[in-house]
Amino acid sequence: MSMSAQISAPEALNTLSAGLILLSAFAMVATRQVQGVVRYFVIQSLLLAASCFLLGFALHSVHLYALGAITIIAKVVAIPWVLKRTLARELYVRREIEQAFNIPASLLWALLLAIVSVLLVGPIMSATPDPIIRINLPIGLAGVLIGGFSLVARREAVPQLIGILAMENGAFFAGIAIAADLPLIAELMVAFNVILIVVIVGLVARNIEETIGTTEAGALQELKEEPVSWR
Amino acid sequence: MALIAVVFLPLLAAFLCWVPPLRRAAWLISVICLFLDLILALDVAAQVISHSRVIGIPRWIEADGLSALMLVLVSFVCAIAALFAGDYMRHGKGQKQRTWWFYCASNLFAFALVATPAMADPNLVWVGVELITLFAILLVAYERTGSALEAAWKYSMLTMMGAPISLLGFLVLFWAYRSTGAHAPETWLTLSTQAAAMPPALLRLSFLLVFIGFGAKVGLAPMHTWLPDAHSQAPSPACAVLSGVKTSVPLYAILRLLSILLVSPTARMGRWMIVLGIVSVAIAAFLLLQVREYKRMFAYSTVEHMGIILAAAGMATHASDFGAVSQMLNHSITKSLCFYVAGTVLVTLETREIKSIRGLLRVSPFLGATLLLCALAIAGAPPFPIFLSEYSILSAGLRGGHGLAVAFLAALIVLAFVGIMLQVNRMTFGRPDPSAESVGAVPTTCRIGVVAAALPVVVFGLYIPGPVHTLLQLAAQQLGGR
Repeated sequence: MSMSAQISAPEALNTLSAGLILLSAFAMVATRQVQGVVRYFVIQSLLLAASCFLLGFALHSVHLYALGAITIIAKVVAIPWVLKRTLARELYVRREIEQAFNIPASLLWALLLAIVSVLLVGPIMSATPDPIIRINLPIGLAGVLIGGFSLVARREAVPQLIGILAMENGAFFAGIAIAADLPLIAELMVAFNVILIVVIVGLVARNIEETIGTTEAGALQELKEEPVSWR
Repeated sequence: MALIAVVFLPLLAAFLCWVPPLRRAAWLISVICLFLDLILALDVAAQVISHSRVIGIPRWIEADGLSALMLVLVSFVCAIAALFAGDYMRHGKGQKQRTWWFYCASNLFAFALVATPAMADPNLVWVGVELITLFAILLVAYERTGSALEAAWKYSMLTMMGAPISLLGFLVLFWAYRSTGAHAPETWLTLSTQAAAMPPALLRLSFLLVFIGFGAKVGLAPMHTWLPDAHSQAPSPACAVLSGVKTSVPLYAILRLLSILLVSPTARMGRWMIVLGIVSVAIAAFLLLQVREYKRMFAYSTVEHMGIILAAAGMATHASDFGAVSQMLNHSITKSLCFYVAGTVLVTLETREIKSIRGLLRVSPFLGATLLLCALAIAGAPPFPIFLSEYSILSAGLRGGHGLAVAFLAALIVLAFVGIMLQVNRMTFGRPDPSAESVGAVPTTCRIGVVAAALPVVVFGLYIPGPVHTLLQLAAQQLGGR
């Protein structure tokens, strides 16, 4: 029984891009430098945009071309620029990221999450013959979960913020397959929302740096349900 | 027209507050715009009562009973909060040059809050809920103290982690909708007409993802840890909005999705919602016994109420849905009153701790009496509206055959009642410290705000006006119980 019909060249390239997106998610977990994390995020966003263009070509969807363009403008151009403007010191002066797990353990966790996401969508996969969805949905979900893991495991502002954005990339990568004709207004608003996340969270991170002197989120421990010392 | 104006008026107000020559008048601008917004929202509600559906921009901005109820609640709480803020912000320590920024941020926040229930496209509801989260960060971080920034950071990380998860949920929902072959634009209305034809597995996956993502924003246990921090560190007028309506708007989205699941016979999740709701109520009830700050106490009580509403919606009968929307209404008006009172206490006594306040009734009869009133109201004592809605939820649960759930809920509600009243008793009665005898006068706009917010709390416990009852009925119908 042959499941697959003809797989076109753009679809095959999309599969390649999916693999690279997963790889960049692993790279983000394994990197110890703030700048490196940002660089892998930009690469991942470029791959996402490439997938948008490929699928746009395959499905004859102007929509996905637009989404690819939005992704490049928002995540490859605007977000790194905003990060440089608000948190330059964080990006360039800072040394290594403090992490709850060491790198091999983190990679194992990431691998585990990738397997979990394949298992999670398994029952749904059996219902859909669409080869693009069969690639994009599990990889996208894995991107979301691994991004979430890097957010939880890291204790510093910029890598945590990038973790959220990487999660968003994962959701979008699944989205271009399952919701290709989402209204353009919704897509624009989502992209705008992503930029706003960076601006506002970046500002808070800068305030934290100015007030407390560090952006190690692990150092934030005053608010608890213990006796609080109020001056 | 009124509906479009309701949505965009707060955005205009935010812009006006930002214009440099007008910054001095930021308070006045906010109060005028938000009260106008409240009047327009009431007009929308009146239209909904007579036509059952109001359309601003077809397929984008529409309102039915549930949306209209949320619009009225949000604009009411935001308007009173703006009024209350006048003297509160003037009395706050430092930061006086930046108060325009507070009004600007809270108007943006109000904009996101009113826009979300008016959106007909579920994807834009996602955008709206995310905007609410983002603008709330500005308010939580406003005071720029170490603990305010810590609260803002924890809040933003915990709640924004949910954003991509719920986005994926909404995309799966869109996929499920398209897979029925429907070509009409996706709105809440078309979703509910197509729900029976959607693949149940996709509906469930979508709901699960949205529930995880938005549940964190609602403050449902175990994702509630940010809530007491954020709700105690923000300036009190912002807390009133945060606790009173900001938690119910994401819950509104969850309930909408839950009602779509109800249409499909195999995708129901009611039982799980009851269990998760009770877990939230339980965690909040036990934490209420050991809180040390009164603003955190009211924040935990929000977790409790969100759990009750979720459990009520999970029971999915028409009576329990009516209880759920009444509880939403009563929670909003009562919890915002609590934070106005707490804010006034904070600004006059300058302490956040429960144990350093004694004999408030003697120190300041106005504060003592209002604190006692709002605590009784929020804990659910008989002549107040929360008692009525909690009672109707419990009796609807019994009639729907959820005896065990009702028993748990009733026991935990009593426990929470005891927790709140123990703390408030210590604060209001007894002999005050001699040093505390001389406190500053209660600021004027704070006093007016507290009285204005207390009016519906007192009135609705004794008598629910006809139009309010009709609106609640219309809202309950949207939840789809039978």
